[in-house]
Amino acid sequence: MKVNPQMNRRELLKGGASLLVTVSTAGSLTACMSERPSSTETAVQPRNTAPDRLDAWLAIDANGEVTAFFGKTDMAQGVGTAMAQIVAEELDVSVDTVTTVLGDTNLTPDQGGSSASSACRWGAQPLRNAAAEARQILVGRASEILGQAAENLDVEDGNIFVKGSSDTSISYGELISEEGFGTRLDWNKKYGNALRATGTAQIKNVEDYKVVGTSVVRKDIPGKILGTTEFCHHVTLPGMVHGRMIRPPVANALPVSADAQSIADIAGARVVHKRNLLAVVADTEWGAIKAARQLEVEWTETEAPFPHMDQLYDYIRQAPPVVSNGQTMTFGRKNYNVPRGQKAYELGPTNQALADSARVIEAEYEIPFQSHARMAPSVAVVDASGENVVIYTDAQKPHDVRAGVSKMLLLEQEQVHVIWLPGPGSYGRSDGDESAFEAAIISREIGQPVRVQWMRHEGHGWDPKAPAAVVSLKAGVDANGDLSAWLFHAKGFSGWDVKNNPSNPGDTLAGMQMGWQKWDEHNFATPDESYEFPNQVEYFQTIEAFQEVASPLRCAHMRSPQKKQVSFAHESFIDEAAAATGQDSIAFRLKYLKNPREIEVIEAVAKAANWETRPSPATDNNDSDNIARGRGVALFGGYGTYVATVCEVEVDRTTGRIWPRRFVVAHDCGLIINPLGLRGTLEGNVVQGASRALWEEVLFDQENVRSLDWNSYPILDSMEVPEAIDIVLINRPDEAPGGAGEPAHVAIAAAIGNAVFDATGFRARQMPLTPERIKLGLTA
Amino acid sequence: MARFVFNINGEQQEVQADPDMPLLYALRGDLALKGPKFGCGLAQCGACTVIMDGEAIRSCVTPMAVAEGKTIRTMDGLGAESDPHPVQKAFIKEQATQCGYCTNGWIMTTVAALEQDADVSDQDIRKFLSGLKCRCGAHMSMLRAVRSAADEMSENHES
Ligand code: FES
Ligand code: FES
Repeated sequence: MKVNPQMNRRELLKGGASLLVTVSTAGSLTACMSERPSSTETAVQPRNTAPDRLDAWLAIDANGEVTAFFGKTDMAQGVGTAMAQIVAEELDVSVDTVTTVLGDTNLTPDQGGSSASSACRWGAQPLRNAAAEARQILVGRASEILGQAAENLDVEDGNIFVKGSSDTSISYGELISEEGFGTRLDWNKKYGNALRATGTAQIKNVEDYKVVGTSVVRKDIPGKILGTTEFCHHVTLPGMVHGRMIRPPVANALPVSADAQSIADIAGARVVHKRNLLAVVADTEWGAIKAARQLEVEWTETEAPFPHMDQLYDYIRQAPPVVSNGQTMTFGRKNYNVPRGQKAYELGPTNQALADSARVIEAEYEIPFQSHARMAPSVAVVDASGENVVIYTDAQKPHDVRAGVSKMLLLEQEQVHVIWLPGPGSYGRSDGDESAFEAAIISREIGQPVRVQWMRHEGHGWDPKAPAAVVSLKAGVDANGDLSAWLFHAKGFSGWDVKNNPSNPGDTLAGMQMGWQKWDEHNFATPDESYEFPNQVEYFQTIEAFQEVASPLRCAHMRSPQKKQVSFAHESFIDEAAAATGQDSIAFRLKYLKNPREIEVIEAVAKAANWETRPSPATDNNDSDNIARGRGVALFGGYGTYVATVCEVEVDRTTGRIWPRRFVVAHDCGLIINPLGLRGTLEGNVVQGASRALWEEVLFDQENVRSLDWNSYPILDSMEVPEAIDIVLINRPDEAPGGAGEPAHVAIAAAIGNAVFDATGFRARQMPLTPERIKLGLTA
Repeated sequence: MARFVFNINGEQQEVQADPDMPLLYALRGDLALKGPKFGCGLAQCGACTVIMDGEAIRSCVTPMAVAEGKTIRTMDGLGAESDPHPVQKAFIKEQATQCGYCTNGWIMTTVAALEQDADVSDQDIRKFLSGLKCRCGAHMSMLRAVRSAADEMSENHES
């Protein structure tokens, strides 16, 4: 088994296509961005990645080894292995013979990188079809050689044989020609998540699956445990120097000048100051770190950009809305933008129904900014010293890095080669791609390859954030305890403050510092689940960012973007409605759910958790030693997946500490590709979800972000993780695979909050549910 | 600049560096080791953990001057694919990682703890791992792996 897909990429490049990195010596600090230094060149022979070519997706060598080229990346979920399974299935080869090459812009078609839990949902489609097509072609060749009709032939482990006979067989390797297949696929002319390619071959029926749906060990894991995996962090190039960025003390201050003398004692230390981008480089990494600390900089005097943090939620309530959706929507529809000032949704009937109802319950939920806080901050190694640019990155969307950097450096896309290597898990538009842009500018300026690595304070302080929001809900209850009206209103910073990918330089920090324009799109979200209430209106409003340009509080996608915020409020409030009317939380939900798959997951979780039907809070909450115990449920449907979660908590009444002792998760993501990999992904979703629910909150003052390390921005640790996460997988072979990287993450906060209410009778409406807040709530 | 000599994974190594430079940069940079990783540089996450004279330490805050003359083990030297350390074996068996960036810290901390005493309760395990970060939330699988490594190592010890 090949443990490291990158090794194979290297092998692949060894032949005719060599990756030859040479170094420019003529660096000029005054070089202008649009001038193209004519130094020695990075020679890379790209593969033809046009998506209508079968060869763009698959290569089989004379030994029958298969390489699949996947234009997405793996954000720590074992996507490479899942793709290998899909290809192995259609080709009838052993999964061990398949290597997946991920996200190299010269080797893989542009499938848009990682996003929206899309790898198995959409990304797999072209590969599956390409593999089926390849099998058909090879069987066709074998049928000529063996003088047998194709339908009399079968394939096992890459060997084609006559059905029912064991003597004649011919292997894929023997049928392969140097030039590959040369076959065309029918391509929908789209790139990114929307890319589809289809051949003439029939793909397998799910009933015939042998590899897909079985537990296959993740191929990337041994290398990560033995210490042999080459992460992006490990890349070095000959002649490479080290860069560090200089961040302003006040978020909106701009560098006026930097005193090169202040770092003159450090070997090779230089200042790179290009428009509003300020960096240092030095010969060694330690030299660059010291230079960044030592550099004396004059900054512009500015007015502090942020309000007091304790006014955050009032600020959101009072800020004028910029954009709202016109109707109940699910995330991703583009036609929601209602022109400014125009009335968008019909509140009248709902307000009337509320006024007419026997009783109105209402609540407001507050959700803070949260940080991606990757395990390691951004890193990139870039050689932009020559005409062509080579970028090593662990960013989620290498093809968009190519698009953005080529625009920024005024190059053709073909001149920029982005090579993706594994990095720390990234769960959205994190800081992952930022350093590639910074390093590209620096490398071009100094005419040398450079490695730019962010420090911890930048990873926490300057990554794009998940937007803060206030979500208010109202429900009308009639005389029978049934709901008569439902009003959901989310108001927050736009989750699209910067784009969800770096294809436009203006949506990166470096690009903004160089004067590129940010895009002008705005988005929040409303609930996705299938609850139907009478007189139901659900809408959102976004507000202007505190600081338009290059803000440390700029917002972008973070794992299950905006759905996490929406769900905390929505799924908590449904619980409030159930409790207010004395009904069991699950029975109450079942009254209003319409989607059978949502109903099934909720019933499955109730069964697995031994859910006792009764209203909350618990009357006998097993209170002992000052520990209150309770259970809560929450539902999420989205990304083509349905998941219900039960959480059992222990709340320490003295300290306010919550321990989510056990989670039970019922998960339906359609057809399951790799149950083993899926379980790991789901556990990670739950633990990270609990971390965001219990601890995570970006701290800031009027001048800047202040949670700049793991002490000021704590995440869940090994003492706090649950005792058990019990997972019920519902496999639906007849349904398309749904996403798995996000859905189980969404409703964790609500499940915990509902359990805390069940245990204590206290309803936590502000995230995160820190001991301080819970203690305060319990004593109030 | 000064000259530092230490034993890394059984071999004598020499590095020229500032005495105040953290050991991590010598390991990652000069010696091109892949085990210890930069995560925070603040002794808060554990990604840079190595074992120095038997103790798990954070190489990102350990100056070269302190490392001089010491015996240091990194994950690179623990075991090979054909002969992994029992802790690595358990991690591979449990598929105990998501991105693998934090893994070095969890493995090296576990190795140091279990080599001292593998007879540990679940709570002991949670405690000695509590100073480590994992952003991907792979804790559950890692706890399972450490449990099984501890069982294996204490059995071997007894026999
Ligand atoms: S890098 Fe040393 S503890 Fe985080
Ligand atoms: S596995 Fe990604 S940080 Fe732990």
